[in-house]
Amino acid sequence: MITVKNLKKTFGDLEVLSGINEHINKGEVVVVIGPSGSGKSTFLRCLNLLETPTDGEIFIDGEKINDPKVDVNRIRQKMGMVFQHFNLFPHLTIIKNVTLAPVLLKKMTKEQAHDKAIELLGKVGLADKADAYPSQLSGGQKQRVAIARALAMEPEIMLFDEPTSALDPEMVGEVLDVMKSLAKSGMTMVVVTHEMGFAKEVGTRVLFMDQGVVMESGKPGEIFDDPKNERTQKFLSSVLK
Amino acid sequence: MITTLSWFSGFQESFEKTFIREDRYKLFIDGILLTLKVSLLAVIIGIIIGFIIALCNLSKHKPLKILGKIYTDVIRGTPSVTQLMIIYFVIFASVDLEKWIIASIAFGINSGAYVSEIIRAGIMSIDKGQTEAGRSLGLNGRQTMTHIVIPQALKNIFPALCNEFIVLIKETAIVGYVGLMDIQKASDFVKSATFEAAMPLLATAVIYFVIIKILTICLGLLEKKLRKSDAR
Repeated sequence: MITVKNLKKTFGDLEVLSGINEHINKGEVVVVIGPSGSGKSTFLRCLNLLETPTDGEIFIDGEKINDPKVDVNRIRQKMGMVFQHFNLFPHLTIIKNVTLAPVLLKKMTKEQAHDKAIELLGKVGLADKADAYPSQLSGGQKQRVAIARALAMEPEIMLFDEPTSALDPEMVGEVLDVMKSLAKSGMTMVVVTHEMGFAKEVGTRVLFMDQGVVMESGKPGEIFDDPKNERTQKFLSSVLK
Repeated sequence: MITTLSWFSGFQESFEKTFIREDRYKLFIDGILLTLKVSLLAVIIGIIIGFIIALCNLSKHKPLKILGKIYTDVIRGTPSVTQLMIIYFVIFASVDLEKWIIASIAFGINSGAYVSEIIRAGIMSIDKGQTEAGRSLGLNGRQTMTHIVIPQALKNIFPALCNEFIVLIKETAIVGYVGLMDIQKASDFVKSATFEAAMPLLATAVIYFVIIKILTICLGLLEKKLRKSDAR
């Protein structure tokens, strides 16, 4: 579904990604872990071209997407993204946040989008907040709305960029629960996170990134219980303390 | 007692001379209408130009950026009276347009430079994450601008824009330079016809003050409405 070949990204003189090769299959829940500055967020942002790769190739469903001729907006409609800081649209009600893109991009009629939004808000447990504004919600609620907003476009892939890092500890659980049920439903997911519990429990595969490359990749059990790479061992021993 | 009386009869006389005799109040009313007409059209032109120049300034396209920069530099670097006279007597000298429309264009061009800076600051004040969220959903750059960034920016810059409108209304008091009869010019006219200085000038000040006070109240109510989504 996603194939990444020799992906490189530099910001000025700084090389953030130094050649990533990865293949992600349909239905996989790939959890990307690693120290800060390892390039994991940049990797994720390259997948939907919020960052333009400096070098290398990214294929989605066999189509090369980092090509000037490709319609980026069409590609992005296949991929939902959830951000660390939610990025809800503060001037719109919750329901409008969710229906804006499907209606504007003519994917659904107003009525269809509304019904879909109510259904999705129900799934994330916020149907009663449809007419509230984002400023009236807690962090955890905002992030659940952000997930519903991304799902409204009926994406094939969901990207999560540290979705729980900006939350108060007591709100992390409610967001992870939504992500878990999403994973169970068979959604292809790429999740950058520091939640090792989530990686272990929900991930079908874990990528450990450091210094702009994937140092180690494998089933959660292999990575967490028997890491081969010295850096992985060091990182895990410091975070799992 | 006597001085109060004589002051009062003096007041009465100059009031009569300034407003009643020869129906001079009509000059003031026509002046008010002209000021309002010129200001309103100038505000509209100013917003349109302001938006275009702001988008030029924010564009990644070099020539557009330079164009926007030159525009704001030239307008901000020269007096508005000079601009008005150049536009009126030079650029539009042989164009067959109503005088007040030409004046509005001149004020609109002037205001556009200031409005563009306000709009640019407003757009830049919106968190980059908003644009990213819009783009990640598949909206194109223009859709993200019009549905996500600009509505939020407008709310933020509303007070600054109101201030610019008020400045603009007062700025139009120079249209007398190109022979238009606005409030200020009407009072000049009455002043030289009656040799009364205090009454027409104070009346002018009061008229401007009242217009701007009414406008401020209306804009304040509108702003309250805009702030609705900020309720916590």
